[in-house]
Amino acid sequence: MFDPLALAVALPLLGALLVTMLPGWSRALGMLTALATTVVALWLTVTVWGGASLHSDLGGWGVPLGIALRADGLAAALVAMANLVALAISINATGYFGTAESSRKFWPLWLLLWSALNGLFLAADLFNLYVMLELLGLSAAALGALTGTREAAEANLRYLLVGLLGSMTYLLGVALLYTAYGTLDLEQVAASLTPGPVALSALALMVGGLLLKAALFPLHFWLPPAHANAPAPVSAALSALVVKAAIYLVLRLWLDLFDGIVTEAAGMLLGLLGAGAVLWGSWRALRAERLKLLAAYSTVAQVGYLFMFLPLLTATPDGPERERLLTALVLLALTHGFAKAGFFLAAGLVQKSTGHDRIRELGGAAQSLPAATFTLGLAGVALIGLPPSGTFFAKWVLVGQAIALGQWWWALVVMAGTLLAAAYVFRVLARAFNREPTPKCFLTDPRTEIPALLLAALSALGVGLAAQPIAVLLGAGD
Amino acid sequence: MNLDPYLPLAIVLSSALPGALIFFLGEDSYRLRTALNLFGALLKIILVGWMIWGVFHGHVYESRLTLMPGLELVLSADALSVLFVALSTVLWLVTTIYAIGYLEHSPNRSRFFGFFSLCVSATVGIALSGNLMTFVVFYEILTLATYPLVAHRGTPDADHGAKVYLAYTMSGGVLLFVGAVWLQTLVGQLTFTQGGLLGAAPEALHGQFILIFFLLLAGLGVKAALVPLHGWLPQAMVAPAPVSALLHAVAVVKAGAFGIVRLVYDVYGVEFADDLGLLTVLGVLAATTIIYGSLKALSQDGLKKRLAYSTVSQVSYIALGASVLGPIATIGGLVHLVHQGIMKITLFFCAGNYAETLGVHKVSEMNGIGRRMPWTTLAFTVGALGMIGIPPVAGFITKWYLGLGAATAGAYWVIVVLLVSSLLNAAYFLPILYRAWFRPPPDQWPEEAVLSKRLETAPALLWPPVVTALLAVVAGLLAAAPFSPLEWATLIAEREYGR
Repeated sequence: MFDPLALAVALPLLGALLVTMLPGWSRALGMLTALATTVVALWLTVTVWGGASLHSDLGGWGVPLGIALRADGLAAALVAMANLVALAISINATGYFGTAESSRKFWPLWLLLWSALNGLFLAADLFNLYVMLELLGLSAAALGALTGTREAAEANLRYLLVGLLGSMTYLLGVALLYTAYGTLDLEQVAASLTPGPVALSALALMVGGLLLKAALFPLHFWLPPAHANAPAPVSAALSALVVKAAIYLVLRLWLDLFDGIVTEAAGMLLGLLGAGAVLWGSWRALRAERLKLLAAYSTVAQVGYLFMFLPLLTATPDGPERERLLTALVLLALTHGFAKAGFFLAAGLVQKSTGHDRIRELGGAAQSLPAATFTLGLAGVALIGLPPSGTFFAKWVLVGQAIALGQWWWALVVMAGTLLAAAYVFRVLARAFNREPTPKCFLTDPRTEIPALLLAALSALGVGLAAQPIAVLLGAGD
Repeated sequence: MNLDPYLPLAIVLSSALPGALIFFLGEDSYRLRTALNLFGALLKIILVGWMIWGVFHGHVYESRLTLMPGLELVLSADALSVLFVALSTVLWLVTTIYAIGYLEHSPNRSRFFGFFSLCVSATVGIALSGNLMTFVVFYEILTLATYPLVAHRGTPDADHGAKVYLAYTMSGGVLLFVGAVWLQTLVGQLTFTQGGLLGAAPEALHGQFILIFFLLLAGLGVKAALVPLHGWLPQAMVAPAPVSALLHAVAVVKAGAFGIVRLVYDVYGVEFADDLGLLTVLGVLAATTIIYGSLKALSQDGLKKRLAYSTVSQVSYIALGASVLGPIATIGGLVHLVHQGIMKITLFFCAGNYAETLGVHKVSEMNGIGRRMPWTTLAFTVGALGMIGIPPVAGFITKWYLGLGAATAGAYWVIVVLLVSSLLNAAYFLPILYRAWFRPPPDQWPEEAVLSKRLETAPALLWPPVVTALLAVVAGLLAAAPFSPLEWATLIAEREYGR
């Protein structure tokens, strides 16, 4: 019963049921669930870090019939990040939504999303992954429409449909594999997979569907309106976590399932799309008029960096270089998760206090909210890729490996992306310096400000310097 | 328990942690903030003193954090880093006192002093960096920590100046980043080593080494204000006077110049750089910058702008020293790292005093100012004479060694550059001194404030320039004494040339 794998998925699901039945207690029950789930997730991570590879078959049904969960280093790293971010978002949400009607609607959907997220990171077979993906998409779209405005409804309907299309395409690929190999377990399929038209079609369908969900340029069109119009805590979860889940799955397929199938040309294609995402997303972020739209486009760009690793991973033979590259990739994903969540929460604070988030008119607001401004600054450090954030060291490895492989053009993309990111981050931060009087105190509303600040501080100062333990975690459980 | 591995880290944190705490203080906690500032500054001086003693007695100080295989952050103390650390630590204490006096009634002090402390932490980190990656890390943190200081006033001018600063330094930072990554890909971890570490590399790589040198030099040249990368420095003059002092003497410009020194001596190796023909390029750039900066300074009426162009010119003496092969010129360049800092910070303190006390911002308003503010003007005079190179002020030592080194190396054009530049220095400093001491004062100063009953200005503003002016004279008079900047520079040069 005390299996961290099962608990990490079941606890938030149970919590979601409870808050649905007892809406009057939703805040207290929600927070309790959030705390318990995070503790379980960290326990899980520490166990994997200690060298154990976790595996469990729910209900005693083994492969190939039952529901199997497992955690290796990659999954554990993402679970730890996602649950810490989710806890911070929960605390922030208690202040953001208050006791209003929207709070009651928020908690059940949010805990459902949390459960799906953990399930997706921990699932061991292709069909469960599909179920979790679908659940994640549905709860995310519903949460995004929580503000009830016309724009939000429209954007999230589109998000829902795109998400469905993506998961359907993925499911087609799964069906192909099941027909050919008669199993859905990741390890079993990976072991029996042979290069050929079936494998290639399955790869194209599954990865293609997930690219839509991961919002890789030019399939990102749905992301900015959906993320920018959601309530701030939800935007944080969508940008920092939900997108990451799709990328995690791509990575899982790329590295584990289709390891022998993927070609350098396929990697190059995704890398080029990633480069396009970096340039286009950063450029649109620079032109964005609203803070949350800026953050959303910045996510498009940051997703691009993650995909730029794929051609290098494919071209690098197994060995210390490849491990370093993988560590850098995870470092980048974790840093972006913390940073973007912090950024969106801070944007929410600004929006709450001024009633809008138009960058041009932020002058006095930035000055009167030192904690929020600081959060934006720290998260900005991580988004630009300045040291000592994890992004900096990840880019160091990325550029180094690109030069070593003779693929120097990626270095140019990183340079351009860094400068564009600096431009869009400082376009916001420059508003914080003006002649308005300053408030007497640093914090104005600790319950909403501290979680955001901690997330941003973690992204700028914590994750990068902890690269070594993260590398150990990734190496563990293989 | 052996504390040696923690000492370099402690020196960096001794200002970073108080700085981080200061951010959270309310505007009104004047005493606590001042206490934290002074505590950090004094603690840092004690720690640095301990480290100098230890380095002298052969201790090895090294803090190390492994991130990934081949990616390590290393802080360590060698003779060159001690030179820079000691300079920035002493000047930081003085500047902190000055800044406390200067900003007494202005808003946003917590933010200001927080970033002020981060700025010096980054500088000390740059000084103590044991490899190129660590250097890049602190170099970028310095960019980040200085931006809010330049933008501090919040006026449209300040906003513009800060943006220009950021555009220059971020672009330079990206070039430095790529150059450093590229070099590391070719030869592995780049631990700073006296005599350089590229000399033994196969000849096929030499072409790439030359290209990388220019990438790195571009990144460092932005902060060191090498022409044509100097455009941000005069614009950044909108910042408050303590920030200008910090930018010009302690942190930013110095970090760039220090980086060039590291690049030439401890990455490429001065003899290998000479073989590749890189020293000539560096020398021409430095000489151009020296002459150009002096010429621009001539025509500036704004006092701080004139000083800014003077910095552009003077800092390049350091690069000039590095570009001439031979230990004597090396000594001249290294010792100028310290001398320029002491003298230039004096001049900026004085300029700030004139502005705060009398509202004087322009050279043309300085008639007879020596009678109203004799001590400040005396300090200014010492700084200015030092810049021209008149003995016994420290600047003379620099020019003497540079000239002698150039003559030894047969680079006579360097002597011409030195002569022309000294004439130009005299041409833009002596008229100021003449005005200040010999012209009659006006009936009314532009904006006079009574800051002290007994003294000519507030004590926290008066003592720092007087002390640094005194230091400039002492560094010149006692140049041959043990532990003087000149002695340290000689020690470093001897090790570099392996004697």
